[in-house]
Amino acid sequence: MTAVAAKYQEFQKLGVEILAMSVDSVFVHKIWQEEELSKMIDGGVPYPMLSDAGGKVGEIFGVYDEEAGVDIRGRFIIDPDGVVQAMEVLTPPVGRNVVELFRQVQAFQQVRESKGTEATPSGWKPGESTLKPGPDLVGKVWEVWKP
Amino acid sequence: MGEEIDVSCARPTGGPVGSLPEKKVQDGASILREVKKAMVKVGKKAADFQAPALHGGKFKQIKLSEYLGKWVVLCFYPGDFTFV
Repeated sequence: MTAVAAKYQEFQKLGVEILAMSVDSVFVHKIWQEEELSKMIDGGVPYPMLSDAGGKVGEIFGVYDEEAGVDIRGRFIIDPDGVVQAMEVLTPPVGRNVVELFRQVQAFQQVRESKGTEATPSGWKPGESTLKPGPDLVGKVWEVWKP
Repeated sequence: MGEEIDVSCARPTGGPVGSLPEKKVQDGASILREVKKAMVKVGKKAADFQAPALHGGKFKQIKLSEYLGKWVVLCFYPGDFTFV
């Protein structure tokens, strides 16, 4: 939560909105924000904290754990057309990697900007060369990219 | 984004983001039956939903489809006051 909040300005520069969601009520969100989050991050978490009472939304996103009654750690990158471009789901004890999330958003934005003419190889970062899939590239990826 | 509200419950709207509003009124159970089919997949439109939210110290109603035209990172997490 606060790891994403710490990078919030950078996400905003990419035109990305963050939405966080758990089964807790907005009242509990408010107390958590005031009692703890605001002490980890100046002003508290800047993005909306949504309440998914009963896990109805988590259920359709495939992250609701009925036994525990909670939404597990699922993260979805949704593009401006509302299309899900990426998802990552972790069980509760392991936290996410915000740096990797940020990289993936940049990669999906690069692909979208190229109108699908470019693909980004493994571990691609902005400034590195992309691949241009097409007949000429078949069997020749080794010429332009190595792990 | 999102108007200030009296707090209500989260619910899927019963369709993908950007689809027209449901014409017929449905009870909660039939919405769930319908959306259970509409599981989220990469490359497909996200299921739309609306949910109450805390944002900027206020309670608001937020609908995913209001964010069309923007990139969105939607993060579920197990619970407030958890440790990771």
